[in-house]
Amino acid sequence: MKALEVKNLSISFNRYQKGLKKKDLKVISNLNISLYEGQILAIAGSSGSGKSLLAHAILGILPKNAKVEGTMLWYGEPLTLSLQKKLRGKELALVPQSITYLDPIKRVGKQISEDQSKVTAVLKRYDLSEKIKRLYPFELSGGMARRVLLATAVAGNAKVIIADEPTPGLSKELAETAMSHFRELADQGAAVLLITHDLDLALRYADRIAVFYAGTTVEIAKASDFEREELLRHPYSRALWNAMPQNNFKSTPGVQPYAGSIESGCVFAPRCNLKTLECTQTTPPMRILRDGEVCCYHAT
Amino acid sequence: MLLEVKNIKFSHDGKTPLIKCISFCIEAGERVALVGPSGCGKSTLAQIIAGYIKPHGGKILFDGAPLPDRGYCPIQLIYQHPEKAINPRWRLGKTLREAWDPDESLLKDLGIEKAWLDRYPSELSGGELQRFCIARALAPQTRLIIADEISTMLDVITQAQVWEVLLKVTQERGIGIIAITHSEDLAKRVCTRVINFEDLNNR
Repeated sequence: MKALEVKNLSISFNRYQKGLKKKDLKVISNLNISLYEGQILAIAGSSGSGKSLLAHAILGILPKNAKVEGTMLWYGEPLTLSLQKKLRGKELALVPQSITYLDPIKRVGKQISEDQSKVTAVLKRYDLSEKIKRLYPFELSGGMARRVLLATAVAGNAKVIIADEPTPGLSKELAETAMSHFRELADQGAAVLLITHDLDLALRYADRIAVFYAGTTVEIAKASDFEREELLRHPYSRALWNAMPQNNFKSTPGVQPYAGSIESGCVFAPRCNLKTLECTQTTPPMRILRDGEVCCYHAT
Repeated sequence: MLLEVKNIKFSHDGKTPLIKCISFCIEAGERVALVGPSGCGKSTLAQIIAGYIKPHGGKILFDGAPLPDRGYCPIQLIYQHPEKAINPRWRLGKTLREAWDPDESLLKDLGIEKAWLDRYPSELSGGELQRFCIARALAPQTRLIIADEISTMLDVITQAQVWEVLLKVTQERGIGIIAITHSEDLAKRVCTRVINFEDLNNR
């Protein structure tokens, strides 16, 4: 069942340009994703492609000068600001990127949940001792703090979990453990959105991969599609595949365009081999192709 | 023999040894991957080899002699965290030319844009800063590069791009590489030999 749907999402920031002149800077455009119960959707893409902004938009915690357009549906119901506020921290949970998101002056037990019987249960689940309930965040090791963040998400019986880069700085073993926790939560019925640039890790635990480039989704593929280059649809996804060390370790010339510098046409056109006149003039719409979705005129 | 690491010992607190006793050699132009679990002392060893910290025992010989105390160090260490290896109050153009004046083609290969040279480090991403650190370390006097997890913060396409440049330049000039990495696939791609830190340390 579809838990969360994001349709044609655009985010722009209203910024001062010169003096009192203001300008809208578009950072995410025409973004489409859906989260299903029991599945992990991983968002892969280069840094600066707007992955974290999407998470913040879903939770409704963007800064004040951000303008959000498009629709977000929570089990078919429009996800409004008041609904976001109601769900946040309960059915809709964020596992933040940094362990600094813990409240430094509140005991860990209180932060996990107000309901102490729940706290005991989740601590056990993540192999944390009962003693840490009385500790403050600075008394935890890095790995323990990560598990506390996870425990917080689980204690609220979250239906949708958004994990923003949960693994950097963890050793391979710890990262694998964290990922298996997310897999477990999904297997128990939660919908998980995993934001990461560790493509390798994402491929092993996620069901589907949304490939991000310059603030938009260019392809949605099954994780298994990354086994072979031909199974992928978009030229950028193929470029990612080719760059992986276990594949060809081959880079693609050029750089990702800066947010706001894209005027018209496909965002990947300047680096694409398949580019035609059509690509530079109009933005290709998302279409369904071979059990996935792609945003390209020439994908087959 | 380009580099000889001889019976290096090190401890942070003076009691529990982090590096018990490590010895190995690297030939000119060789590319070696140094692997091991996190916290085992790989980065500390990297800093000892590059001369940033003094070991508590043993010695590092470069071309058969100890490293020079002053002047340009022929062993250059590229850090895991570029934001910590760059002066936050300098514009990047100044940082880039700290050791030498890199030519245009190198900057182009690394994907460093002209506009970035006038910016401060806080205005660029980690991946963008790392390109500056790599360019800075490739001065003509460099004979050995220690790459300490230099590409973990990069997406795969940028990672491939940065390593293509590093491999090209080091092969042209016969520079050796010690690469510290957690990725087996990356080690296989860029290195000619793998050293396991734990195996050496327990001996």
